[in-house]
Amino acid sequence: MGDQDRSTKLLLEVIDVTKQFPHRSGLFRRVTGFLNAVSAVNLTMAHGQVLGLVGESGCGKTTLAKLIAGLEPVTAGQIRYRGQVLTNGWKLPSAIRREIQLVFQDPTGSLDPTQRVGSALGEPLLVHRLAKTAAERTVRVHQLLDQVGLPASYAKRYPRELSGGERQRVAIARALAVEPRLLILDEPVSSLDVYVGAQILEVLRALQRERRLSYLVISHDLRVIGSLCDTIAVMYLGRIVEFAQTAQLFRQPWHPYTELLLECAGLRSVGVEDRGEVPSPFQPPSGCPFRTRCPLAEVRCEQETPALLEHPPRRWVACHKRP
Amino acid sequence: MSLDVRHLTVEFALRRQQVCAVRDVSLTIAEGEVMGLVGESGSGKTTLGLAVTRLLPQPPARIRTGQVLFGGRDLLGLTPHELCGVRGGQIAYVFQEPSTSLNPVMTIGRQLMEMLELHKVAQGAAARRRTVDLLAHVGIPAPEERLHSYPHELSGGMKQRVMIAMAIASRPKLLIADEPTTALDVTLERQIIILLKRLQRELGLSLLVISHSILLVQQLANRMAVMWQGMVVEVGDTEEVLNHPRHEYTKRLLAAQPRITVLGAMHG
Repeated sequence: MGDQDRSTKLLLEVIDVTKQFPHRSGLFRRVTGFLNAVSAVNLTMAHGQVLGLVGESGCGKTTLAKLIAGLEPVTAGQIRYRGQVLTNGWKLPSAIRREIQLVFQDPTGSLDPTQRVGSALGEPLLVHRLAKTAAERTVRVHQLLDQVGLPASYAKRYPRELSGGERQRVAIARALAVEPRLLILDEPVSSLDVYVGAQILEVLRALQRERRLSYLVISHDLRVIGSLCDTIAVMYLGRIVEFAQTAQLFRQPWHPYTELLLECAGLRSVGVEDRGEVPSPFQPPSGCPFRTRCPLAEVRCEQETPALLEHPPRRWVACHKRP
Repeated sequence: MSLDVRHLTVEFALRRQQVCAVRDVSLTIAEGEVMGLVGESGSGKTTLGLAVTRLLPQPPARIRTGQVLFGGRDLLGLTPHELCGVRGGQIAYVFQEPSTSLNPVMTIGRQLMEMLELHKVAQGAAARRRTVDLLAHVGIPAPEERLHSYPHELSGGMKQRVMIAMAIASRPKLLIADEPTTALDVTLERQIIILLKRLQRELGLSLLVISHSILLVQQLANRMAVMWQGMVVEVGDTEEVLNHPRHEYTKRLLAAQPRITVLGAMHG
């Protein structure tokens, strides 16, 4: 398959992307080291795919999302969106930029408290010139509210007059306002109650089905990821350690870290032993990043970093011992 | 010792109205039993936990009716001085967010020793030895060195372990853990669950676990109670409630747990 041909089929390609943050210390705040938040990550997403990115806090999943959304420049590597390179600076027409939208974890922090819901939803329409007249805008705002299951009267409300779940619905509606293709959902339900969270997941599933959206879902909870996504990437200390279809990953996890996560989510009970915590990303272990906690670790894991290798069909794992 | 909450009603006086946060709740936790209290935010589960140990600021809160019998004594009738012996002594509390419950300018060793001396468990060098034992007991590596650490030098999971060490320092009979793992990652949540289970067994504690997470309660508690709008709507053995919920609300709550419907390969 030619490169051009492949690119048009794929929605998103993350190629060898690395993101380093300088670590400063001392009186003059000199750069004394680098933290690899994301190390040589490769990912691809097809149109209409729902990809889950799972890992513990500090594993770099949010950083990766920010790189894809263009909120942070990459240190090395390339991100392509529908074949076009997005790397550094995002010098792309706004028509393409708006196709990638982010929904953040905490809707209270991402909505302006002094702005009514209607105005918050109308603003992106104005910025991207998606509605010509005020009347057109009002109609569109009501449509958006309807899509996320809120009555049109909510356009007149302020964020403080909404519950946490309703605010998250508004945040989703605002992301949808500019008709995106790819929605990046960063912990979409972790600030919500289980009951409210379940409703939000239902809204997201329905929207994805109806509009054939692509989602990149970020969460530390495999149950949330598993109930929403068709493919899952497991991240540990800035690296992808396993990448597989949801069904495969749940049925037969390969990476010991994936096993541990499944066990923690109550989805398996084999009694995997967990030896400690995530090591500091400033001093990552030599070789395999997971070896300090891994029950299978041996000498080789200390010396060589396992590469993410494909085990056809469409399954990748970075482990010396598996499959 | 057993805890017996009888017909407890707690109100909050707001500017214009009275809000009833806990309505006529009766709940018994037998000695050595682990009770899980679940419900969505605002269902009154934290208020109930706080009211039991009289940690609610009064006003605005007001305990209208009820009794809280702990080992036969009504805690609601104790003088503040008597209460001090019970609270933090026989009844200990573990809160949700360890970083806000620990003193940031005091080493964790100092904070633990203060607990021991306050409750007259041990003094001086003995308190220091006991502190090291406690830290080792909750699974903190190199406890001797950790004595001199400040809370900010510890990870979230370690901080929660220190909180648990503080809670068990006074050899309590009842431990109330309010969302003990909500601020933690899933992997740390599991470690804390394993720790709480072990301590409960070893020390013969009664444990009240308050959480919105069914998963946590399922893994920890042998009995569970479901709260809804300030009322306990269902109580029973954990397995029984989870497998055969009777109340409509319990059924709804269980149905809201994320279910894994494995989707077929979309792009084979």
